[in-house]
Amino acid sequence: METLTKSDFNIDRSTGDFRYDVDYAFDAGTGLTEKTIDFICDVKKDPDWVRAFRKEALRKFESMPMPTHWASHDLENIVFDNIRYYLSQGTEPKRSWDDVPEDVKRTFERLGIPEQERKFLAGVEAQFDSEAAYSNIKAAVGEQGVIFVGSAEGLREHPEIFRKWFGKVIPTGDNKFSALNSAVFSGGSFIYVPPGVKVKHPLQAYFRINAENFGQFERTLIIVDEGAELTYMEGCTAPKFETATLHSAVVELVALKGAKIQYITVQNWSANVFNLVTKRGLAHEEAEVKWIDCNIGSRLTMKYPGVVMKGRKARGEVISIALAGDGQHQDTGAKMVHAADDTTSNIVSKSISVGSGRSTYRGLVQIGRHLKGCKNNTECDALLINTQSRTDTYPAITVRGKENACQHEASVSKISAEQIFYMQQRGISKGAAMSLAVNGFVNDLVQQFPMEYSVELKRLIDMEMEGSVG
Amino acid sequence: MKIENLHARIGDREILRGVNLEVPAGEVHAIMGKNGCGKSTLAKVLAGHPDYEVTEGRVMLGETDLFSLDEPDERSRAGLFVAFQYPMEIPGVTIANFIRAALQARLGKGEELDAVEYYENLYAKMDALKIDRNFTSRAVNEGFSGGEKKRCEILQMAMLDPTFAVLDETDSGLDIDALRIVSDGVNALRSPERRMIIITHYQRLLDYIIPDVVHVMVDGRIVMSGDKDLAKKLEKGGYEWVEKEILSAA
Repeated sequence: METLTKSDFNIDRSTGDFRYDVDYAFDAGTGLTEKTIDFICDVKKDPDWVRAFRKEALRKFESMPMPTHWASHDLENIVFDNIRYYLSQGTEPKRSWDDVPEDVKRTFERLGIPEQERKFLAGVEAQFDSEAAYSNIKAAVGEQGVIFVGSAEGLREHPEIFRKWFGKVIPTGDNKFSALNSAVFSGGSFIYVPPGVKVKHPLQAYFRINAENFGQFERTLIIVDEGAELTYMEGCTAPKFETATLHSAVVELVALKGAKIQYITVQNWSANVFNLVTKRGLAHEEAEVKWIDCNIGSRLTMKYPGVVMKGRKARGEVISIALAGDGQHQDTGAKMVHAADDTTSNIVSKSISVGSGRSTYRGLVQIGRHLKGCKNNTECDALLINTQSRTDTYPAITVRGKENACQHEASVSKISAEQIFYMQQRGISKGAAMSLAVNGFVNDLVQQFPMEYSVELKRLIDMEMEGSVG
Repeated sequence: MKIENLHARIGDREILRGVNLEVPAGEVHAIMGKNGCGKSTLAKVLAGHPDYEVTEGRVMLGETDLFSLDEPDERSRAGLFVAFQYPMEIPGVTIANFIRAALQARLGKGEELDAVEYYENLYAKMDALKIDRNFTSRAVNEGFSGGEKKRCEILQMAMLDPTFAVLDETDSGLDIDALRIVSDGVNALRSPERRMIIITHYQRLLDYIIPDVVHVMVDGRIVMSGDKDLAKKLEKGGYEWVEKEILSAA
């Protein structure tokens, strides 16, 4: 049978692959030392406790080994000394697009962010390299008491909420990259939703890397108070550079009693970005944390969104779609820690590997011996497109106690040349047929997305698949 | 539609060894033959299946030289339709989206299929084939019964409106009721412009779809052609009868 060749899947990342020159007022230079941290603290006017927190984190980062005993050796190709850890035009985001400097504004306009904001969002934060260039929330949402600001403003203006939860869901030393983020974090969102407030439209953050040899380290902390609800979405792109770029975020979510948080990511980094992100939510009694995580771009992504269910009847969910094109490695998964009775979790993971692309699923499910009435369901399906593709599944399930239930299903399938032939016989081109089959594979998950994002995801998949099919 | 001296092989094995066949506009021809005689291969070779290599001969589809079109989708858009014996499952892709994509592929750049018209047309064709409306949201061929698969193929043919259709073993796996529905569907698609080839192992289907000409295929060649009564003779005498007839003619 004819094999589908590499050239059929050349990837078109044209949407994010452009770059305008920008003047930076603040540049920490390359390399990471205590001096870098002092530079960042001085520019950001951090309080002393933050300076101490950062320096402690730097020590942890330096003392922790690269996790290559289990993770990809590609991590060794990150040269920390060559990276610029802070670049910005200033620390204060603008409240109006009219005030955003022209050189930055045209980037976001080209990415369609102001337009999306007008159409369907309750608020937007647009981060350009190290700092948000724009941050605004619709008046009606602000009047309900919802706080949506950058992390720096959050820790400065709302210390009573910020300090209570900052670094509590994901401790500095959780892993080497959470320590790195804790040392040099800049940008990201701080959100607080007061009790009972259900934010109708999503809040969105858009992360843009514009500079070469750069590391983006945003820090997001979201607290949704009792009975409140929030949907947060993030998107990200970068132009394609010859050299490696690093993105290492930490995202902490706290859902208090009966609260609901839905966190949606559509990651479309260019293929030179190392995307090493730690994301975890804490779900109190009857609260729900749901991660919807789509990884389409990057060179290597390592990301395992987690939920710690610490209150009775809490619920955690991870819905994830990963697409590993030629030369990419999507190492993704989920962590579900059941820490109270009657907690339930659900993991559905679908990965697509194309060409020499590689997908890895790592899952961790823990249900303690003393608990009862806990349930986990895990499904992971992999789709392979051509024989070079590789997929691995590493589930780690620890279920103790007699009154708990866990169910795990995994499948690997291929798009066969016979399927492509069948679709082609109906007049559909080879590229469109691939695209149709891949969209079919993820169809049941995509239906759970907000409309605007499912359209975006379909468009990205179409672009990946159509590429340069001749 | 004219097939001239068509030779094709898979690997080193020659399967079609000089097929000659002409189907004038408006006619339905049947090709009968034993398993392995090459009749299903003919359907795949016409469609452009990548496993087969054409070594000799040509096929004209009206004014178009079929083999000047490399890709199966180009041949489809030129008016060729093949209903397969074993249609592939396409998980997660609904029938409505699949047929829509196929119709969209026939439009020019920038043209968009009219969704309202499309569904009106789709539902009318489904009603004619006695297909339930909720069928459109099922994934193509996934978990279908034999009868549903065949009906789905005929539905696609009706929607794509080909000038030349090849139906490969459309009767296999059908009970009498399904056979009648599928045959009615095919008969409804007979038209003065359309040409059809019905490939079948059994005479049974030809009681429902009356062919203008019946051909018998042996070892990759058409060895005998005649009217619909040829199918009955074949049914009675079996393929040994054909072999004897050929020998006595030689």
